[in-house]
Amino acid sequence: MEKIVLPDIPNLNNIDVYLANGGFEAAKKAFMQSPDDIIDQVKKSGLRGRGGAAFLTGLKWSFMPKTTDKPKYLCINGDESEPGSFKDRQIFEYNPYQLIEGIIITCYAIGAQTAYLYIRGEYHKWIKLMQNAIDTAYDKGFLGERMKDTFGVNFYCNLYIHKGAGAYICGEESALMNSIEGLRGYPRVKPPFPAQKGLWGCPTTINNVETITNVPPIILKGWEWFSKIGAPRHPGTLLYGVSGHVNKPGVYELPTGILLTDLIYNYAGGIPGNKKIKCVIPGGTSMPPLRGDQLEGVRMDAESLKQVGSAIGTAGVIVMDEDTDLLKVLLRIAKFYHHESCGQCTPCREGTGWMEKILQRILEGNGTSKDLDLLISIANNIEGNTICALGDAAAWPVKFMIERFRDEFEKYVKAQVKIPIQNKVHSMRNTKIPLE
Amino acid sequence: MTFKFTEENLKRIEEVKKKYPTSLAAVMPTLYIAQEQNGYITNEVMEEIANVLGVGKIDVLSVVTFYTMYHTKPMGKYHIQVCTNVSCMLRGAYEIWNFIKERLGIDHMEVTSDGKFSLEEVECMGACGYAPMIAINEDYYENLNKEKVEEILNSLLNSEL
Ligand SMILES: Cc1cc2nc3c(=O)[nH]c(=O)nc-3n(C[C@H](O)[C@H](O)[C@H](O)COP(=O)(O)O)c2cc1C
Ligand code: SF4
Ligand code: FES
Repeated sequence: MEKIVLPDIPNLNNIDVYLANGGFEAAKKAFMQSPDDIIDQVKKSGLRGRGGAAFLTGLKWSFMPKTTDKPKYLCINGDESEPGSFKDRQIFEYNPYQLIEGIIITCYAIGAQTAYLYIRGEYHKWIKLMQNAIDTAYDKGFLGERMKDTFGVNFYCNLYIHKGAGAYICGEESALMNSIEGLRGYPRVKPPFPAQKGLWGCPTTINNVETITNVPPIILKGWEWFSKIGAPRHPGTLLYGVSGHVNKPGVYELPTGILLTDLIYNYAGGIPGNKKIKCVIPGGTSMPPLRGDQLEGVRMDAESLKQVGSAIGTAGVIVMDEDTDLLKVLLRIAKFYHHESCGQCTPCREGTGWMEKILQRILEGNGTSKDLDLLISIANNIEGNTICALGDAAAWPVKFMIERFRDEFEKYVKAQVKIPIQNKVHSMRNTKIPLE
Repeated sequence: MTFKFTEENLKRIEEVKKKYPTSLAAVMPTLYIAQEQNGYITNEVMEEIANVLGVGKIDVLSVVTFYTMYHTKPMGKYHIQVCTNVSCMLRGAYEIWNFIKERLGIDHMEVTSDGKFSLEEVECMGACGYAPMIAINEDYYENLNKEKVEEILNSLLNSEL
């Protein structure tokens, strides 16, 4: 199978090797066409975002105003903080120039002269690698004003890295823009959308690192070629990151629409000790988990996963074997979202903490069956009632984990509990309170 | 204790400012430069940044208090970060966390009395396929087990302060 984003070419992170393998040919081809033609080809290719929401990339680009007196911006999202995701760092390490070439083409298509590559602060090593690649690209005239000579075109763009500082929420596109502006990473209320009012109030497009890295091959080999790979409604390949209880965890570039079981058993080497699978999260912890006994026939693309009640997310697949304690897993997930909630919306700020506390109480043996219903009710009250999708991301795992593994969770709770507080009020002392 | 940027760092800050249309946007990178020079962010550091960039001190403070990678107290020479998020947890991250905690006698965000080590339980570091993992200062250590962690700790414990 052909690889689009991470081809098996040794030392591709060396610019000479990249050039020897057709590097920057796509950019040359792009500059011979109009920006609208480029947007049109990306639209027709069917490329969808790899950052979580699988939105049509060409369509997103077409929202950028054609005429404006303001500067336009491109932000490339390399925040990569979704638990289970470790794919963008492979691009920084093994194919940085294809990312840079994709950025050049995208800037040309949307008319941006400045691009910011946002990389999470913990990725010191990959920031250095990427900065080296950017410096080299400037040296060789593939970025900055000298692009005009290199490509013989009346266009150039600049690319800067903005280093995050440890906040998951900055992966959310409007929080990311605030972070670049030097503010707290607070998501903004939408509308206005970034294409209307983004970075410093100017038209802005935000795309994931993997999304942009797909652009050069689409331009070079044509949208027809790309649209025929993988699942028709979500074409191309994905960098599947498989982690948890598998023999060979890692990142595998494979077409969209492959069988989840194929990915787990044939590529990731199956489950240690040949154990059964209890649960799989198919796209990073924000996505609804699937039952291990219902994986047969599940395909890994946006549409197929929607049908089985989950989502492709970042294609970060977390596998849990039959001995996994799902309560502990869910508690850990709840703790994460509580920690990462930016605190602007009451349902998210309070709800995430409340869910964590209830799960902790259940773990300590003081939960009742009603707590499980309460958790679902809290999740339902967060979902859809917040500024950004972190609220949904916090609600889904709780809601779907409990709904889909109710049998499992019932084992941890009792029908009634003895209130552990020593109560001085005589009528309450040592009373068993019936809860039904 | 007053804080002044070195000449060299002032030059770096000038370079950083060129990347953005506003000087407010330079606050995050400048904080990193300050943290590198001073080890952690104090009131005086924030004041100096506000002066150098011509922004309000409150602007700097609000950024410092939002992001976890800016430290407002001294950390150890070796700042050990242990990821305990799901993928790492499934592969034994809590055993490693507890082991390091016991071995160094410190808990989350504490520093050993000699100032050599500090410890932090962190969220997913983007190394889930190479779990469990820890990071020491800027470097990732992946595919760990208790033995490997013990080896790493021993070599640091035996090194000079
Ligand atoms: C809480 C939250 C965290 C996110 N984190 C990331 C991230 O780390 N990387 C990313 O590319 N997109 C992330 N996203 C999605 C972005 O908001 C945005 O949709 C994406 O970067 C768009 O790029 P794409 O269209 O190429 O996928 C996150 C969204 C939310 C709500
Ligand atoms: S949903 Fe949560 S993270 Fe998003 S803006 Fe509201 S409080 Fe912040
Ligand atoms: S869960 Fe530990 S690095 Fe992702």
